[in-house]
Amino acid sequence: MRERADQGVSRAAGRGAGSAAVAPAVRMSGVCKFFGPVQANSEASLEVQAGEIHAVVGENGAGKSTLLRVLAGLYAPDGGTVEVFGRDVTGWSTSDAIAAGVGMVHQHFMLVPTLTVAENVVLGREPMSGLTYDRATAESRLETLSRESGLACVPSRLVSELSVGEAQRVEILKTLYRGATLLILDEPAAVLSPPEVDELWRVLRTVRDAGATIVLVTHKLDELMEVTDRITVMRHGKTVMRLRTSETTPAAIATAMVGRAVRLDANGMPVGADAAALGLAASTDEDAGAADDHGAELDGASVSEAWTAILDAGAPPDEMIVSSARNRITRSAPAAIISAPTPTYADVPRLRITALTVPGPRSPRAVGALSLSIAPGEILGLAGVEGNGQTELIEAIAGLRATTSGTITVDGTDVTRYSIGKRLALGITHIPEDRQTRGLVLDYSIADNLILGRQTHFSRSGRIDRARTLAFAEDRIKAFDIRPADPNALARSLSGGNQQKIVVAREMPADFRVLLAAQPTRGVDVGAIEFIHDQLRAARCAGKAILLVSAELHEILALSDRVAVMYRGRIVTILPRAAASEDVLGPFMTGAAS
Amino acid sequence: MKLTLLLMLQTLRIAIPYLFAASGGVLAERAGIVSLTLEGFMLAGAFCATLGSFYFGNPWAGVLMGLLGGCLFGALHAVATIRFKADQIVSAVAINLMVVGLTRFFLRLAFDSSSNSPRVAGFGRDGNAGALATFENPLIWLGVIVMPALAWVITRTRFGLRVRAVGEKPEAAATLGVSVSRIRYRAVIASGALAALGGCYLALDQHQFTDQMTAGRGFIALAAVIVGRWMPIRAGIACLLFAFAEAMQIQVQGAGVLPSQFVSMIPYVLTLVALAGLVGRAVPPAALGRVEG
Repeated sequence: MRERADQGVSRAAGRGAGSAAVAPAVRMSGVCKFFGPVQANSEASLEVQAGEIHAVVGENGAGKSTLLRVLAGLYAPDGGTVEVFGRDVTGWSTSDAIAAGVGMVHQHFMLVPTLTVAENVVLGREPMSGLTYDRATAESRLETLSRESGLACVPSRLVSELSVGEAQRVEILKTLYRGATLLILDEPAAVLSPPEVDELWRVLRTVRDAGATIVLVTHKLDELMEVTDRITVMRHGKTVMRLRTSETTPAAIATAMVGRAVRLDANGMPVGADAAALGLAASTDEDAGAADDHGAELDGASVSEAWTAILDAGAPPDEMIVSSARNRITRSAPAAIISAPTPTYADVPRLRITALTVPGPRSPRAVGALSLSIAPGEILGLAGVEGNGQTELIEAIAGLRATTSGTITVDGTDVTRYSIGKRLALGITHIPEDRQTRGLVLDYSIADNLILGRQTHFSRSGRIDRARTLAFAEDRIKAFDIRPADPNALARSLSGGNQQKIVVAREMPADFRVLLAAQPTRGVDVGAIEFIHDQLRAARCAGKAILLVSAELHEILALSDRVAVMYRGRIVTILPRAAASEDVLGPFMTGAAS
Repeated sequence: MKLTLLLMLQTLRIAIPYLFAASGGVLAERAGIVSLTLEGFMLAGAFCATLGSFYFGNPWAGVLMGLLGGCLFGALHAVATIRFKADQIVSAVAINLMVVGLTRFFLRLAFDSSSNSPRVAGFGRDGNAGALATFENPLIWLGVIVMPALAWVITRTRFGLRVRAVGEKPEAAATLGVSVSRIRYRAVIASGALAALGGCYLALDQHQFTDQMTAGRGFIALAAVIVGRWMPIRAGIACLLFAFAEAMQIQVQGAGVLPSQFVSMIPYVLTLVALAGLVGRAVPPAALGRVEG
């Protein structure tokens, strides 16, 4: 690994020497940054050539955002130097940075929702006519900018009416309006739906082709392969590798990020260790592909013979089925046929939703007469552009949102009128989409967060049993590898990935029946994604029913047994995993197909 | 006919202090600072105006002094909540109580009285000079245009644009190099001056200061701000509505059909009903009352 890293750096350095006349757009070296006792960056470096799209990748807490904030002037470094276009700018302020043409697009948008697009763009540099703010000039300037940069926008619209993708375009326009030639984007793709992500990459390419330099933080390894020119990998606050995108692979990047091998599927999603070990990774791309490849070797007769053998044997040990089936067919028989916990749709569904209508904040029918069912041992992936009723559906099932009609049953019990607590007691658990507002009390310790909602099990006559809580927390921390492994650490002090692990650990006790997993891996690093996916797969094997909502189509495709697409509060299609792909689902997600 | 005209004139006359105070409230709240202080600003304005008019013998000197007093307490609230990040409600309550105490103290000191000042030079004829005398008070005209003027400032000027930005999403304004504190200081101090003008009007209209003469008008003005959804023109209409209720109350009081105590409640009950019912779900400025980092 070390060798590779050195190679990468020296190769890049070699190329740099070739064009030594031009100063790099960014050269940061030996950057150190402390937050109290925590060292976010130690001797981190970053070199970005003018006119390239450069990705900074690394696990959560690797110090990527800190490094870029130092570059943008939000933080002053405690050590090291920062050069921008050959000028030493160490410790500059945001307004210096803006004046020098460095613009930052923050992960959480810095837009005023009640102002118009044009007002947001010109804020702080408003064109004036006499005493008043010159709205007409602001809007016409923005229109020109929009035309030149290829970033479409309507200047007079209110920002609160924009979609996330449109809002992000406004953020980029804001930096361009201030003459930015170096754009810094902190996880720009994390909040976008797949079509919006494609649009973002298109926009960034346009902006780069117009002469700008772009530095971005991202977690989407497969996508950065397409758009970036170079990649800097960070780990534990240090820069470990810099390479040309064309000369590397997602697997190599992931390995450098976590410092050990991570298995990735064709889409760059990590594949769970447990799933593979149990031979149950039936629906991952690899296995689906394998099944197709070998399909020719199996004729219909031998497959049905295998089934007959399984059925005739009554309830033999799994091993026997496997061996007998393997003897009869070929060694590479589809794992899906052999592994027992593949859902059998004849079973009574664990979760059944019938004609459910849920009002939302903007529409009385955010979910409109929706029906679906999930079998024991099944993951149903719910795809769709955000804001099509997924949140309302999940909240209705969890009991957080009132329904207007329809029923929700779990193992035949009608829970439509159950309180949240009663649903929880029955085994409906919920990984909420926003861990910081719904999943955790940030100022509680890890231990207290782990028993939230279950605190009655840990208390005796109104007092919480500290010893039992701590013992339980230590057990969970170990099982879920939550870091730091200190039950008394505040949730706020943890990285996003570890915060999410607390939520997952709490919501996946041994005895739950239905899990509502909303964006279970949003904004967490590759290592944690891998871990959480393993947990979901293991739960599937244990016969749980899982409703998975994710903005990541890859995640849905990597985990689901069936994929449903939600559009405007309805399910427009449900496909078995084998029939679902991004190309097939895309038109359903945008409403183009139904 | 004559009664209707009288009612309208009375409504306007009562509405003026509300209009001034509510305009200050809209401005400060749009910038993100809670305006529970309006009552205190008004009372301070009324007292300072009386003092100025008494010593200089000129009501305009009173207005100037009143404005200064409003600015002073506005600045105090601004320093406490912006510089020292005090809780805005606690600071407002403290200022309101402090102004009550201070005006009493200086009332005793300056005029040797615990209840009221002597007659001072004011606007309009002293004493009960009939309805039309109302218009001899130049502050009436200022009060009539204050809300449209504020609407223009908020929607059309750079300052207004920035006020709206810092009240909704201060961090966005800050990342663009707009000083959130500076905008808020200006808004809160200006709100003190505007609310104080309401107090000046009261004192100079009555040609004297009486202890706690604002009698909760600052709070009614704040209610008007909320009923008006933080928009100047709508808040102005709410002020007129509340003033109309008060004018009605005076008429009904005269008729003597209901016990006077109940009749006196009419404006306040109307305020409650308006807040609970008319407003529905009013969305305040997102950063209102939030203590920054």
